[in-house]
Amino acid sequence: MTTETIQPPRTAARARKSTNWEKWGWVYMRVSGVLLVVLIFGHLLVNLVLGEGVKAIDFAFVAGKLANPFWIVWDTLLLWLALIHGANGMRTLVNDYARGRLRVVLLVLLAGATVVLLVLGTLVLTTFDPCIGDSQIDALIEACAAQ
Amino acid sequence: MWSWVLHRITGTAIFFFLLVHILDTTLIRLDAAAYDAVIGTYKTPIMGLGELALVAAIGLHALNGLRIIALDFTRWGVKHQRLLFWIAIALWIVLMLGFAPRHLMHVFGGM
Repeated sequence: MTTETIQPPRTAARARKSTNWEKWGWVYMRVSGVLLVVLIFGHLLVNLVLGEGVKAIDFAFVAGKLANPFWIVWDTLLLWLALIHGANGMRTLVNDYARGRLRVVLLVLLAGATVVLLVLGTLVLTTFDPCIGDSQIDALIEACAAQ
Repeated sequence: MWSWVLHRITGTAIFFFLLVHILDTTLIRLDAAAYDAVIGTYKTPIMGLGELALVAAIGLHALNGLRIIALDFTRWGVKHQRLLFWIAIALWIVLMLGFAPRHLMHVFGGM
C-alpha cells in the first residue's frame, strides 16, 4: 500500500478573493458621515443662518453662489455623498423590515430614484445658466445680452 | 436603543427631504420664476417650523453619527457610550439654542 500525499491538518482555509461589499458600505457610511457633517452644516450656515436666512433664497441668491466654482464643487460633493449615504441607509431599513417581493420592489425603486437624482442633480450643477433669470445685476445683464 | 431608533427615524425623514430638495432645486436650471415661486413656499410660517424640525433631525443624526464612529473605532468610546449619548444630546441642545432663535427671527420677523 502506498500512502498518498495527505494534507496536513489545520491548514488555513484560502482567503476569499471576492470583494466584501458590505464592509465597504459600512466604511462608506462612516467616511461620508464625517464629510457630510462639514458639508451640511456649512450649507445650512450659509443658506439659513447668515444674512437674512431662508428669506434671502431665490434664483439670484443661488446664481450668485453658483458663479463661484467653490460652491459648484461643494454642492456636487453634497449631492453625491448625501444621496448615496441616504440611499444606503434606506437599503438597510428595507432589508430589515421588508420581505419577499416587496423587498425587491423597494430596492429597485430606491436604486432607480438614486441614479436618476444623481444624474439630474449633477446636470443642474454643471450646466447652470444664470441668464435664464430676470437679473437685476447690471454686469450680469450685460454679460447675458452679449451672448 | 433609543439612539438607534432616533437614528433610523431622523435618517428616513432626512432622506425623503433630500429627494424633494433635489427636485425643487432642479427648477433653478429650468425656470427662474418657477424656482422663486417654489422656494417662496419655504419661507412660510409652517415650512419655517418644518425647517426647524429638519435642522433638529439633521443635528441629532450628525451628533449621534459621530458618537457611533467613536464607538466603532475606539475602546474608550464603547466604555463611555452612555456618557457620549448624553454629550451628543447636550451639544444638540446648544446647537438648537443657537439656531432656533435666529431662524425663527428670519421666518417670523417683520420683513
